[in-house]
Amino acid sequence: MSEAKDILVKFESVQKSYDGETLVVKDFNLEVARGEFVTMLGPSGSGKTTCLMMLAGFEPATHGEIYLDGVPINNVPPHKRGIGMVFQNYALFPHMTVAENLAFPLQVRGMSKSETAEKVLGALDMVRLGGFGDRRPAQLSGGQQQRVAVARALVFRPQLVLMDEPLGALDKNLREEMQYEIKHIHEELQVTMVYVTHDQSEALTMSNRIAVFDDGIVQQLAPPDELYEKPKNAFVAGFIGENNRLYGEVKSIDGDYCQVELEGGGGMVKALCVNVDGVGSRTTLSLRPERVTIGAAEGTSTNYLEGKVEELIYLGDHIRSRVSLSGISDFIVKVPNSHGHVHMKEGDVTKIGWEADDCRALDA
Amino acid sequence: MAVDTANNGVVLAADGRPLKESLNRALRKNRMRALMLVAPLLIFVLFAFLIPIIDMTFRSVDNWHVGTLMPKTSAALANWDGKDFPEEPVYAALVADLQAGAKSREIGKVGTRLNYEKSGLRSMITSSARKSKRLKEGPYKAKVMKMHKKWRDLETWHVIKRNAAPYTIGYYLNAMDMKYDKTGEIVMQPENRRIYGKLFGRTFAISMAITIICVVLAYPISYLLATLPLRYSNLLMIFVLLPFWTSLLVRTTAWIAMLQSQGVLNDLFVFFGLVDDANRLQLIHNLTGTIIAMTHILLPFMVLPLYSVMKTIPPTYMRAALSLGANPFVAFVRVYMPQTLSGIGAGSVLVFILSIGYYITPALVGGTGGTLISNQIAYHMQSSLNWGLAGALGAMLLASVLALYFLYNKIVGIDNMRLG
Repeated sequence: MSEAKDILVKFESVQKSYDGETLVVKDFNLEVARGEFVTMLGPSGSGKTTCLMMLAGFEPATHGEIYLDGVPINNVPPHKRGIGMVFQNYALFPHMTVAENLAFPLQVRGMSKSETAEKVLGALDMVRLGGFGDRRPAQLSGGQQQRVAVARALVFRPQLVLMDEPLGALDKNLREEMQYEIKHIHEELQVTMVYVTHDQSEALTMSNRIAVFDDGIVQQLAPPDELYEKPKNAFVAGFIGENNRLYGEVKSIDGDYCQVELEGGGGMVKALCVNVDGVGSRTTLSLRPERVTIGAAEGTSTNYLEGKVEELIYLGDHIRSRVSLSGISDFIVKVPNSHGHVHMKEGDVTKIGWEADDCRALDA
Repeated sequence: MAVDTANNGVVLAADGRPLKESLNRALRKNRMRALMLVAPLLIFVLFAFLIPIIDMTFRSVDNWHVGTLMPKTSAALANWDGKDFPEEPVYAALVADLQAGAKSREIGKVGTRLNYEKSGLRSMITSSARKSKRLKEGPYKAKVMKMHKKWRDLETWHVIKRNAAPYTIGYYLNAMDMKYDKTGEIVMQPENRRIYGKLFGRTFAISMAITIICVVLAYPISYLLATLPLRYSNLLMIFVLLPFWTSLLVRTTAWIAMLQSQGVLNDLFVFFGLVDDANRLQLIHNLTGTIIAMTHILLPFMVLPLYSVMKTIPPTYMRAALSLGANPFVAFVRVYMPQTLSGIGAGSVLVFILSIGYYITPALVGGTGGTLISNQIAYHMQSSLNWGLAGALGAMLLASVLALYFLYNKIVGIDNMRLG
């Protein structure tokens, strides 16, 4: 993060405990630039929603300070923070029509009637719900309710919008559609968004940067491509995308690379040395299934292992092969269904090869 | 299509019968089974609730006494124009009826019935029946006139003629503080004899006051119940329900001990110097006592529906309102409160209807100033034995409750009422 960037939100060593015994958020530091889309991603109970609630003002931070536009906001009540928020179950007021829901934030700000009506119409058009203003939330489909919730959080032009797993209740197709829609709204309005989800594909699709949470700690904060291709530790590698794990002991380190002797008798492999404690320590080798070649010819890859094909699943665009090698039986290889790809049978013994750069040696 | 619709457009099932008939037959068994399950309740409601109500309502218009026990007089009076005293045949019929009634010892019922319309007529009938045994031959007119001075009053004859009809609105007139005057016109009772209108008014006013106090007291409790963590809210719930589980009589008498002028509350007031020992507050055996004790007894009926509605309102609504910039008060009034209206409505209807018909508590702590219409109904049922009037008062109470229910349904919608 360069200093020149305009920082809107800043968490400074924030801690949170509900019971005074355990920390839900251990030491949270995050800077969000103006106009950025940052996602907090992690399994349930990892502390991501708690961080969002602290930012929104519904939970006080136990320790540390949160800044909004350079101003510490720990003692600012939620209704004075000017932050738009989309809730998991939308929280549309059931006794008001869609238009009344959208007008609510404008009315409490004392905006004139004509201006309110104009802004409400504009917001409805933005989410392609013009003409739905007189309906009650209960008369809308899940996707429409979701769009109203987004419009309501944006209608009063907040500088920051928070979203707490807003797409969790939608079915898969609608969820993907809404992901693009929110992304486009973000690009169009240049509004800063902080988004919480446990769905990695959602995070990868929408975000500028993703903070991966686990156990109350940010494991890695990086743009989506870096997160996927260069995970810093075994948790991130396992949480984002599909991942093969091989365990072994570091035998020697040579610059960026290290030699690892695999547990289970697989022999020595060369791996990119990312996060190991030094020679003699245990390590997890992380390998993406699409970076592994099955039936590799001699001399094309850095590492070779002999594996036995246990299962083949035909998935159209690729064939998913489960291979046993080096004492593990759930090593996955994705064979692209391209012209002239290698044809396998279950039970075949073949060479499995990969490059040292695709094999990252991480913490055990 | 396999479905045969050739038969005048009627869809037929596979065996050629109309599909509707087949469907009905298939569902009949289930319907019968459902009916069997609810049959005990239906029978119970029928005998313990519907039939008594219908019977009492019927009594409020039933007027069999004169027509049945004085049949000849009733028939003879049918053509009387009411301008002057009746002709001789009426007196002959009257004497015959009185003699028959005295013999069967049933004539007293006529006296009682007529006495409701005009006091003094009971003694007139009983004494005349006794004296009528000595009358052997006519003409009777002068002899009857001599038996009792009321026979020389034209109004007496109007009363008898009016009540010869098998049905009457007399009890309802009475219940509305109205009566027939000497010539048979319907007029209001004199000011000092109007009691039921005032009692109805007081009953409605007290019920309204109790309902409002209950809403004000129950709302915060219910909110706490719905929002506190489970272990605290369970404890609170027990406090709310504890009085619910205690005998009504025990609670009411406990209030007597609390509120009487030498009671706990007054002692405390005196101890803290709020009240002078000589002028202890009169908190019981008046309106205050009735309101305090009934509010306490009916409070759970307000708390429970409110609580059950509030329990279903997720906290995210308030959070959403706050995040949209509403301060906590505005958020509460505009977002939270409207969603609890169904609970307020349900609780209010429940408390209001219960208090309109409340009996024990006002009877015990109400004194003379704090009794309600139900106490008057009980008085006519148990003491004065004027069941017709009791029936009329009860039917009017029932009608006003139904009217309120109808009004509530029109304004709020009964579907929006949630009791739990």
